Amino acid sequence: MNKKTLLKFFGYKLVRFIILMLAVAIFSFILLDLSPINPVTVYLKGAAVSPAQRAILEQYFGVGVPLPTKIYHWLCDLAQGNLGTSLIYRVPVIDVIWDKFSASIVLMALSWIFSGILGFGLGVLAGKNKGSWIDKAIKVYCYIIQSAPSFWVGMLILMIFAVYLGWFPIGFGVPIGVKSTDATFMEWASRLVLPTLTLSLVGLAPIAMYTRNELVQVLSSDYILFARSRGESGWDLIKNHGIRNILLPAVTLQFLSFSELFGGAVLVEQVFSYPGIGQTAVAAGLQSDVPLLLGIVLFSAVFVFVGNLLADLSYYIIDPRIKESEFND
Amino acid sequence: MINRKRNNDKPHVLLPINLRTKTLLIIGLSVLVIASILVSSLFVGSIETNFVNANQLPSFEHLFGTDWMGRDMFSRTVAGLGLSLTVGFIASILSTCVSIFLGLFSSFNRIADEIVASIIDLFGSIPHILLIILVSIMFGGGTIGVIMGIGLTHWTPLARVLRSQVKEIKTEQYISLAENLGRSKVWIAMKHIFPLIISQIIVGVILMFPHAIMHEAAITFLGFGLPPHDPAIGVILSESMNYLSSGYWWLAFYPGLSLLIIVLLFDLIGENVEKLLNPETAQE
Repeated sequence: MNKKTLLKFFGYKLVRFIILMLAVAIFSFILLDLSPINPVTVYLKGAAVSPAQRAILEQYFGVGVPLPTKIYHWLCDLAQGNLGTSLIYRVPVIDVIWDKFSASIVLMALSWIFSGILGFGLGVLAGKNKGSWIDKAIKVYCYIIQSAPSFWVGMLILMIFAVYLGWFPIGFGVPIGVKSTDATFMEWASRLVLPTLTLSLVGLAPIAMYTRNELVQVLSSDYILFARSRGESGWDLIKNHGIRNILLPAVTLQFLSFSELFGGAVLVEQVFSYPGIGQTAVAAGLQSDVPLLLGIVLFSAVFVFVGNLLADLSYYIIDPRIKESEFND
Repeated sequence: MINRKRNNDKPHVLLPINLRTKTLLIIGLSVLVIASILVSSLFVGSIETNFVNANQLPSFEHLFGTDWMGRDMFSRTVAGLGLSLTVGFIASILSTCVSIFLGLFSSFNRIADEIVASIIDLFGSIPHILLIILVSIMFGGGTIGVIMGIGLTHWTPLARVLRSQVKEIKTEQYISLAENLGRSKVWIAMKHIFPLIISQIIVGVILMFPHAIMHEAAITFLGFGLPPHDPAIGVILSESMNYLSSGYWWLAFYPGLSLLIIVLLFDLIGENVEKLLNPETAQE
């Protein structure tokens, strides 16, 4: 790939990114502004104030300001990187998001890797043994897990491993009474295991089904027939002709799953009381913390965009055919 | 998917029926199960509390056990499933209307098509669960918030399918003929395009249903919408979270399992209806 096409690619993506972020920012702002919830009431949390003080607060929160003006101010602040102050935590939104996301990214990254590897492995296993009991078992598993609510799967895992077997603590990112920064590595790790397990078990289903179907298709192709006639068989055949052909689309698909990963994290963090971005989003939504919720929505849109960008890039970088066609241009 | 493979090769020994009859049978049975759950949920009424029977294991008397107030979990689950089905039903109709509207709107001209494409992109760029939370807050939360939140966010897959379908239909000659005859865009959309996408719409709606129900359970589990005393499946499950550490596994296990079965039934119906409407896919 030469420099020019790469620059063009990134330039195009950057423009798209800016337009998308603007659209998401305005769209989510309008949605929340239409809500009948009064920010002053939320801020006060039922505290008694005089009408004068209330008027000051209303002015501060911009009650009664026309919508276009409010959107304009919000976009100006956003351009300067100012997302406002969280109403629950009473600290800048950007700090809250940064703090919570650093906890979540470990969970999401681990689940992403495990679900990708496990899903691909199971898919290859099922595709290679098409029609056998292994294939059927994997198919039934994927079918069921895709229809099961992910938080319920999390609850089952919690019941089995934490309550019945007692191997892991129930909930909370760190033990009660210990600050999250003081927790030892093992304390963190032991609380990561079950949420990661849940997200991986749920997330592997689409990738496994996709890999299986692709492999079955590849195995019925002419070049596989030719390879067989040359005497190739077993794992060598799968490795040389099957996996090389299906790995790239599988990787791309896995990058495109960032949105589901985020959604899964929201639910699973709630089940395991894991103090990540998902749990914060729910708290912000339930307690009408509008600035924080807007910040998280924007942030999640960036997250999903990065996933899609990586998926596109994986095509450009990994696939030798695309590289070659560009060199020949 | 599971049933599809089985009967292609040899006629079934026990039930000598062809694929079409079998497909109809599967659809009929699944609809019957779902309808019976929906009807019986109407008759559950108020569930009596009986503290003598609190926290009992599942038995013949209480199939799914009882909760901390001694309420029969089976009745609560049935009532909850009925509620989930109702919410899912309303939300699916809403979503379908949105996708039909956008699908037909995209047929007008290039700009309309671009607008529809960017709206779909916009909705796809935010994780679905956050989008539901946003919309439900916009409607002020509560039951209305949940219904609107689910109803106004599930149209994207169907709209995407319809849009590409419409693009294909628009290349047909009779469309340009109608345009040359001076027919309006709306007339063409209603008379020439809509009848051709009906089968897609039907399949799309049925496949939308399980997603809507799962998201309804998820969003009520998180605490949005339905009040805590309503026996929605999500509410039951989030309540049972408090009793997990006490080892009352049946409070969470059976309601979740019932939801799973309902979702599987809808998938089954969707696949089989697709087989009936597009017979060429049935022999795969």
